[in-house]
Amino acid sequence: MYSPLEDALTIADKTFTSRLLIGSSMYPNNQIMLDSIEASGAQIVTVAIRRIDLAGGGETVLDLLEGDYHILPNTAGCFTAKDALLTAELAREALETNWIKLEVIGDRETLYPDVEHLLNAAAEMIKRGFIVMAYSTDDPITCRKLADMGCAAVMPLGSPIGSGMGILNPYNIEIIRAENDCPIIVDAGVGTASDAALAMELGCDGVLLASAVARAHDPVRMATAMRHAVEGGRHAFRAGRIPRKHHAEASSPKKGIIGT
Amino acid sequence: MSSIRINGEDKRIKAATVHDLLRAEDIDPGARFVAVAINGVVIPRGQWDSETVKEGDDIEIVRPAPGG
Repeated sequence: MYSPLEDALTIADKTFTSRLLIGSSMYPNNQIMLDSIEASGAQIVTVAIRRIDLAGGGETVLDLLEGDYHILPNTAGCFTAKDALLTAELAREALETNWIKLEVIGDRETLYPDVEHLLNAAAEMIKRGFIVMAYSTDDPITCRKLADMGCAAVMPLGSPIGSGMGILNPYNIEIIRAENDCPIIVDAGVGTASDAALAMELGCDGVLLASAVARAHDPVRMATAMRHAVEGGRHAFRAGRIPRKHHAEASSPKKGIIGT
Repeated sequence: MSSIRINGEDKRIKAATVHDLLRAEDIDPGARFVAVAINGVVIPRGQWDSETVKEGDDIEIVRPAPGG
């Protein structure tokens, strides 16, 4: 029988039984966030690092999540390697973790990674002892460079962040999976459960998503759908799909049909 | 009084150390998950009592927030 432990996801020195990674932003309220994350089965939850509101304190997202999840800070919003590095260092100090989801974006319109800054930041972060999970374009060359330099995971986008467009170039994702040994996690663009299932069917090791759940009409239900989609897609990948053919092939016996 | 920049805002404050600065800004220096950088260098919490803030410093004070 299938056991999640038998098919665990290992990133750096940690092992996870869930292959779904989830964000903590954009939920209607904190309770729906907590319920959704729990329903998703995710063990890794991403957070951002932001300037403190000088007007007031209050509880942070960490106060809600701490202890139950592996917290993965990101460098979302950074446009340069320099800013990403400082954000990572601040995250390491604030959260006492050397794990970082590296994002360096090129513009606000597309939120596409700036590959030059991304590669420079990743190399420097690895040198400084970070465990880098790098959000990347879906081009095999950039992903290979990130994997070769020692990123703990390479995370190509399915489509632009928050677009819900799914996986626009499944052929590239397959190539990226085939060419690299480190975990490949589709990050960004997932809109609904079938997108997450496709990522897993293509052989990816995991899916990272945020908006698809948080902005769904019913986030908790969508989180449940994503959990099943990731698990289903993973099973399908391991089971091996049948080849596509141009002609039908009957599944019932051809012999003994009445009237022949 | 020193002119410094805190989280992108120019301010004039009377503060000798990072610890003093946080107090002056109504941030509890004992609050968890807070990190401080001065001029692009993170100041570890253990040095907040001794690290001094100087005229012209560019200071970032951060904490975790919901993210994707």
